[in-house]
Amino acid sequence: MKGDELLQEIELNVVQGRRNSSDEGLDEDLSGTPGVTELVEDALNRGIGAKGILVDAISSGMTEVGERYEKGMYFLPDMLAAAETVEAAMEILEPYLLKAGIESRGKIVLATVKGDLHDIGKNIVGLMLKGTGYSVIDLGNNVDPDDIVSAVVENEANMLGLSALLTTTMHQMSETIEAFSGVGFRDKVKVMVGGAPISSEFAEEIGADGYGKDAFEALKLADDFTDI
Amino acid sequence: MNDNANGREGVLVDPIGRLGESQLELIHETSLKILERVGIICYSDEASSLLKDAGCEVVERDDDASVVRFPRGLIERCIELAPSTVLLGARDPENSLVLRAEEPRVRFGSGSEANVYLEMEPSKFKQEDGEASIEYPVYRRLRGNVELLCEAAHLCQQLENLDFFIRTVNIQDSDIDEMDKDANKFFASLNNTSKHVMAGLTCLESLDKVIRIGEIIAGGEKELRENPVLSFITCIAKSPLQFVEDTTGKMMEIVRRGMPVVISSSPQGGSTAPIQETGMVSQINAEIIAGITLSQVVKPGAPVLYGSVPVRARMDDLNDLYGAPEFCWYNIDCIQMARRYGIPCYSTAGVGDAKVPGVQATVEKLISHAVIPMAGAQYVHYAFGLLEKTNVFSPDQAVLDDAQIGIVKHMLKAPDVNGEAAEATLSMIEEVMGTSHKLYARYTRKSMRNGTVFPPYQFETKESEDRSVLEAHRRRLELMEVPPRYLSRPVVERIYKEIAGLVDRINPYS
Repeated sequence: MKGDELLQEIELNVVQGRRNSSDEGLDEDLSGTPGVTELVEDALNRGIGAKGILVDAISSGMTEVGERYEKGMYFLPDMLAAAETVEAAMEILEPYLLKAGIESRGKIVLATVKGDLHDIGKNIVGLMLKGTGYSVIDLGNNVDPDDIVSAVVENEANMLGLSALLTTTMHQMSETIEAFSGVGFRDKVKVMVGGAPISSEFAEEIGADGYGKDAFEALKLADDFTDI
Repeated sequence: MNDNANGREGVLVDPIGRLGESQLELIHETSLKILERVGIICYSDEASSLLKDAGCEVVERDDDASVVRFPRGLIERCIELAPSTVLLGARDPENSLVLRAEEPRVRFGSGSEANVYLEMEPSKFKQEDGEASIEYPVYRRLRGNVELLCEAAHLCQQLENLDFFIRTVNIQDSDIDEMDKDANKFFASLNNTSKHVMAGLTCLESLDKVIRIGEIIAGGEKELRENPVLSFITCIAKSPLQFVEDTTGKMMEIVRRGMPVVISSSPQGGSTAPIQETGMVSQINAEIIAGITLSQVVKPGAPVLYGSVPVRARMDDLNDLYGAPEFCWYNIDCIQMARRYGIPCYSTAGVGDAKVPGVQATVEKLISHAVIPMAGAQYVHYAFGLLEKTNVFSPDQAVLDDAQIGIVKHMLKAPDVNGEAAEATLSMIEEVMGTSHKLYARYTRKSMRNGTVFPPYQFETKESEDRSVLEAHRRRLELMEVPPRYLSRPVVERIYKEIAGLVDRINPYS
């Protein structure tokens, strides 16, 4: 397979949501043929640059996935499956990209707030952000405000995403934002909040920078924040 | 018989029942006792005479009627004679229905002969003391006519979950004589849908005209019996326990001509039948099996359906009440009785007492749409578009009902739990638990596309406003844009040449 063909094959497998040869894909059963991770390894071994793989195969694949979603051909599970392929590819590509001095689109810390164990929404947001080229540091659920602030500062993240499902835990978002006051990093980080009981009014009230009602709005906020 | 395996599949259910074996036997025994002791008041001399010859006790009355008391042996022999499989054909073979009594495979269709066709116009309204505006359905009640019946048949052709067409609209055109009504309604229906067409007869004299239309469409006399593109409904019983002359005569003649026929009864619990479950089901069952007995006396082996349309009365005005739980009890019990007898069941679900589409209609319809088919009736009528009891046909409601029945059909599908699925589950869980996000989303993708996972409600509204009726109307307009699949020009020309009384305005080639 030539280099161009290999990149096309990676793009196709991103669109099909195939991480490796065990995944069957969507349009037809592709089980047994190489998936994104095997193809990326192959490309690197052939000397194709990490940046080329990222831009010409993975990003273009995700663009195609986004277009299919817009047209109603793809659904959220298809987006997530594709994002998983990107997550798997990025694990392989990251050292090469760092070596080449190529940075991610932005760095975001994600957490479900203290007292709350519900993390499905946060996980979906994390996967989608990874799939579109952001560096994601996921702290998990039931995370103490001070631990969140420490993670943001230590990682020099430019974004923080907080989630809560319960009305009894949503006030922890406010506590977390207030916890920045002692460390003086608040002006360097954009905070987005989301979750079933959260609204844009609540976000404004607690001093967050944005509210995303779903993963797509979270992605849009991240893009907006990064442009700033 | 053309045992067409390629017809409409419907949905095969694992049937539920309200009655246990001993209760079914008790209903059967009570029905037999009703027919042995009380009998049927029969207003048809011919039927009385035939039944007398078959072994019934017939006692003349003073009012041109007679009381016919049925020996149980005759009833049981005739039930045995009635076929357990009935084929209802269609213009398109893939739309035919093979109804097998032993197979609880459910098909849904339209029904009634509503006098009113409910037209809807979405209209904009402004808030009286503000700027807000809202789109809201405004209804017009149209008197049913033959063109509206054509429209309804064309719409029903497009509805994915509608398996057969029973004339939805009573044609009340001033220029169509009573004697020509049957030919016009059957032609209007058959010309606009390639699904099975069923209707009642207005005049016995029209029977041969209607059958001739069927023969021309099917390709001949023998071909029509092998592929009965049309069939009949005869409600021979006037409850309680009377055979009316008119419908009894129609049933006997249909049977003699070898065409499939529903033998139905529609007593109203609380007025023409006991409201109590035992009483209602024993009586309607007696009425139906008496009718089936007569059909088999007339022609042994005649293809008939056990037609149960038990209704409950309202207590405020003794009108019909379809959206009542008892309606479901009665119907489920009847389905069980039909299965006990080995005769395919024509059952009833999905009528709304509501006058327009909306929450009330949805609640009333969903109760019976969901529950009655679970008992495994082979042929569920009244399921599309009926409102205000059975007086109104709303095409927009029919579209809403199609969506609802799609959900019901999916709900009734057999469980997919087996060894292979268990193996796949284990490997999926192992895989997902090894990821950071622990989401099963990727494993839903194929299921979403092959139909094993049902999509969200077809007419859901994203905003905080319920636009489902308006969206159904929009969908209806889209469906009506699909060109009708008329009969071919030579077939239509032949029908118009041979059958007098058909109006020109429903001839697409005129």
